[in-house]
Amino acid sequence: MLKGLLEHIGIEPGRLNFSWISSAEATKFVDVAQQVAASVKALGPARYLIKKRAEVA
Amino acid sequence: MIEYTAIIRDTAKKLLKDGKVDVFIGYKKGTVPMMNEPVVISDPEKVDTLHWDSLCGLNLCNYLTKRKDKIGIIANGCNSRNIVTHILENQISREQLYIVGIPCTGVIDHRAVLRAVGNKEVLDVQEQGDKFTVSGNGFSETFDKAKFLRTNCAVCTHRNPVIYDEMVASPVKEQEGVDPFEDVKKIEAMDPEKKWGFFTKMIERCLRCYACRNSCPLCYCPTCFVDESKPQWVGKSIDPTDTMTFHIMRAYHCAGRCTDCGACERVCPVGIPMRQFTKKLNKDALEYFSWEAGLNPDARPPLDVYKPDDYNDFVK
Repeated sequence: MLKGLLEHIGIEPGRLNFSWISSAEATKFVDVAQQVAASVKALGPARYLIKKRAEVA
Repeated sequence: MIEYTAIIRDTAKKLLKDGKVDVFIGYKKGTVPMMNEPVVISDPEKVDTLHWDSLCGLNLCNYLTKRKDKIGIIANGCNSRNIVTHILENQISREQLYIVGIPCTGVIDHRAVLRAVGNKEVLDVQEQGDKFTVSGNGFSETFDKAKFLRTNCAVCTHRNPVIYDEMVASPVKEQEGVDPFEDVKKIEAMDPEKKWGFFTKMIERCLRCYACRNSCPLCYCPTCFVDESKPQWVGKSIDPTDTMTFHIMRAYHCAGRCTDCGACERVCPVGIPMRQFTKKLNKDALEYFSWEAGLNPDARPPLDVYKPDDYNDFVK
């Protein structure tokens, strides 16, 4: 539901990923991490929900 | 609905006199028109301050949290669903409550009324059946109530209380053929950029006054996450990202619990339609878990229990 809400607000599908990996599933961890990295790379740098540091004159 | 007032007063008087309840929670007429206030009455001689009409837009369930005494309370559809949620979340016990059920035909949107009279100062509003007359200095206009319902009332499908000890009148017909999620579907059809633009624009005017949180019967934490400073979960400025974070978090805390009572929108001083956040969650709760909050005191909320067949397509 959190994913649904964030994507409803405008976070691109693919930027937010969920998985369940046991500590014994090393290969699954590698696979998922690579998938996530690839899908986020494809989307490019985040555009929304970024807090800029206050600019000090 | 103004005709319920006399019945509510009589019921409250009887309950207080017989000692069935220690206090009675209802509404009284506000000091300015269209702004009815919640009131807690313990003296049976003071029941005449109680009032009910189509401008009772706050949620009385807010005043039940962790009370120890016996309470009489009036509840229409959405308020009764919040009472059920309160019971489920152990904020009040059913035995403490005497619920006077109100078959509700919807609450008037005071902002729509103000717009309709050209933002002139309204000095009096009188209700007659399904019409109401608004008057002020040099004007008096009569409107159809059905055209001035709050947006949540216009698409309400639970007008009658789901839990009560007695009703002030026989149940009203539930609305049919309304789609509560029409606006959500419109946003869902947008691309991410448009969605972000829509929501950023929507909360642009937010002052971070937290009136939406305070009016919400679901928000009863002793210290809200926005007020904590160690750790500070969310920035307290009106930086657009901080404001968006606040709205996302506030809404998500209502996931599977919101009854769409509309109190948050009613109290917003700058008129932000923040139900757009919670409505998406309501829609998902209904689609993924066939769940509408507060309909059944015996069913645990979906985010509260695990079922092997829960929707989990999003897990990689």
